[in-house]
Amino acid sequence: MSKIVKLKKGFDLKLVGKAPLEFLQVAAATTFAIKPSDFPGIQRPKVLVNEGDTVKAGTPILMDKAMDQVIYASPVSGEIVEIKRGDKRKLLEIKILADATVTHEKSGALDLGQDRATLAGKLAASGVWPNVIQRPFGIVANPADNPKAIFVSGFDTHPLAPEVPFLLQGEERYFQAGIDALSKLTTGKVHLNVDGSKAVPAIFSGIKNAQVNQFSGPHPAGNVGTQIHHLDPINKGDVAWTVSPYGVAQIGKFVLEGIYDASKVIALTGSEMSQKGYVKTYTGANVSAFLGGIAQPETLRIISGNVLTGEKVEKDGYLGFYHNQVTIIPEGKYEEFLGWLKPSATKLSFHKAIGMFSFLKSGEFKVDTNTHGEERPFVVSGVFEKVMPMDILPTYLFKAIVTEDFDEMEELGLYEVIEEDVALCEFVDPSKNELQELVRHGIELLMYN
Amino acid sequence: MKPNFEKGGKWEKFHTLYEGHRTIAFAPDLITKSKGAQIKDATDLKRVMITVVIAMIPALLFGILNIGHQHFIATGAEGTFLDKAIFGALSVLPILIVSYAVGLATEFTFCVIRNHPISEGYLVTGMLIALVMPPFIPLWQVALATIFAVVIGKEVFGGTGMNILNVAMTARAFLYFAYPAQISGDLVWTYLGDKTAVDGFSGATALAVAYNSSVDGTPVVEALNSHNAALGADYSFMSMFMGWIPGSIGETSTLMALIGAVILIATGVASWKIIVGGFSGAYAMGLIMNALQVNEFMAMPAHYHLVMGGLAFGVVFMATDPVSAAQTELGKWIYGILIGVLTVIIRVTNPAYPEGIMLAVLFMNVVAPLIDHYVVKANKTRRLQRATV
Repeated sequence: MSKIVKLKKGFDLKLVGKAPLEFLQVAAATTFAIKPSDFPGIQRPKVLVNEGDTVKAGTPILMDKAMDQVIYASPVSGEIVEIKRGDKRKLLEIKILADATVTHEKSGALDLGQDRATLAGKLAASGVWPNVIQRPFGIVANPADNPKAIFVSGFDTHPLAPEVPFLLQGEERYFQAGIDALSKLTTGKVHLNVDGSKAVPAIFSGIKNAQVNQFSGPHPAGNVGTQIHHLDPINKGDVAWTVSPYGVAQIGKFVLEGIYDASKVIALTGSEMSQKGYVKTYTGANVSAFLGGIAQPETLRIISGNVLTGEKVEKDGYLGFYHNQVTIIPEGKYEEFLGWLKPSATKLSFHKAIGMFSFLKSGEFKVDTNTHGEERPFVVSGVFEKVMPMDILPTYLFKAIVTEDFDEMEELGLYEVIEEDVALCEFVDPSKNELQELVRHGIELLMYN
Repeated sequence: MKPNFEKGGKWEKFHTLYEGHRTIAFAPDLITKSKGAQIKDATDLKRVMITVVIAMIPALLFGILNIGHQHFIATGAEGTFLDKAIFGALSVLPILIVSYAVGLATEFTFCVIRNHPISEGYLVTGMLIALVMPPFIPLWQVALATIFAVVIGKEVFGGTGMNILNVAMTARAFLYFAYPAQISGDLVWTYLGDKTAVDGFSGATALAVAYNSSVDGTPVVEALNSHNAALGADYSFMSMFMGWIPGSIGETSTLMALIGAVILIATGVASWKIIVGGFSGAYAMGLIMNALQVNEFMAMPAHYHLVMGGLAFGVVFMATDPVSAAQTELGKWIYGILIGVLTVIIRVTNPAYPEGIMLAVLFMNVVAPLIDHYVVKANKTRRLQRATV
């Protein structure tokens, strides 16, 4: 039975710099990178190639010794130009210089009639597996697990997020094949959740082997964590999997054609992005290709991903594995005279405290990276609750993590959230605490103890 | 100047003081980290706190005027608006200055010792302490109460955000039990100076009048209406609602507290659930007292409770302190309602303390974590039941 869920709590950040639905012609990126830091659960990364090796798209280049069935593959064909390590030889990036035309490792179409374990094993060895994320904890799933259900959020409510149907144009066949494959991996259901406030896009209508649910409401209605909570919440001992729509299509392409195709469409967004729109590139692309027309990129914040959950990258940094968006906004390194007191209708705020009139303005806001205040203890209560559309008491959960109280963390619902689920809390917090980092810290405590 | 306060600078120890003051002049140039939210809401704690201070300003201004007003009534002299305002200001401003100066000095000392950033909480507390003092309290008592409240009420628990009791209520309670002569009775609310009171003047507060009427058996409303009526200063419902009655500096006017409540609720800074709960609890308990009617005070119309004493001020500004109040949404209802109920019970049944709001808020501050505990437990139980179904 498909479900219709209407959510009230949350907050839509309306920002300047949305990408129009058109493809831009930009020079292709020449280098690509795989960064172990994109995969929070990776414990003992091991590089499978050497500098100077030539690889094809789909050639294994990285694995986690703690879960060696899963390989991380090269997104493009070319030459390994650098294996960058940091302090204590910590692996930072594996850089690949791409060929002009990408060639793939080929393994022939996948027969979905095989048993679950064989199927999972083949997907794990193909390069597409890191798209499968495990809840709780938000880490790359273990192919040996049998998840109670698999969840796919078909829309993204993050600020300036790309339109999912636009990203998947022409991938309809692959998307269905991906859903078919996922449905073989679980004894439960595959849930495909779509935006209930709009007509169901063509790519999702008539989909087979999945239950289509509708979610509507402000952000985080599009977060898969919110959706799981309202469909089939995760309890202690449960394992569920989530896959992004792009990941589903990529799995489908491997099923039908036997290749790891890391080509993806990403959105170029943000108030300082000179050319906004969509471009075709590959996973892990060097972002410098997208910065055309920007005079001084070093004075700006280049973000791989969106402004709530993304990550700062340098002007020659690389797109994150899971990201399908590059956002550029101004850095906010300035002092503002009486900035805490000045009335303003142009500064974006969830609050209506004295002088904050942004709730009266209906248009889009221009934002920068200034924190607008220093870090303080939790004082104001009730704010987090207003942006958390789950039956979770965020303040108590955060305090349980701060005090490292394991029982409380479990009982208050840490199994149900990952960073992105508390990103809005972090944004609205007048005490400016780093709540996403805190939640990851709590998750690591639960995982490794 | 800045380098001197940075690590290795000669005033390194006072770094936190420097930052505390600099961030008042300039919002800091801090930027978000490379991971996590790249943008942050434009509202910070300073703005939240200043919102509360602004919400208290109507009560402060009215309090200043009313103190002058009460003085001129008691002495039978004629006074213009300006006379009253100046008289009131001369009495209130020193208290306000002492409260802020002593409180901030204590706070700064702890921040330097502990190397904590200076938090904005005292902006509100400093104002609150002044507003709950009788208008002519000796300044050294204000200073002593402030130090006690900041140190014992807050810093020993770890500072702003960690305290269990409302800091300003702690200051008042300290004085109430340490120096009762200066903060209770009929004589402390109106300043006569070297003049003598006019004939027939009584300095009793409305609550004292109401309590006395249950002793001598006159109906409360009658007693209130005739109190000082000859001087043109009765305790009618309207006078009490407007606040032209003796009392602590900021507490007398229900109207000003309601204006504050509107600001706090409209800006979303205070919980409307606590405010509505507090008033409804007091009204409901008033009705129950009416039903019992053991004495005249119990027979007093329930809505009178809402305008007498410091109930409105306490419910709007004290009970809503987010740190010491209940923090769960259901808990806020229970907490607010019980404050109202307890206030009326203490007022009507306890001859030792004519005003109940102070003890009610402090008691509920202590109970709030227990209320929250059960609300949180219910949440955990829902999660557990879901797992076993």
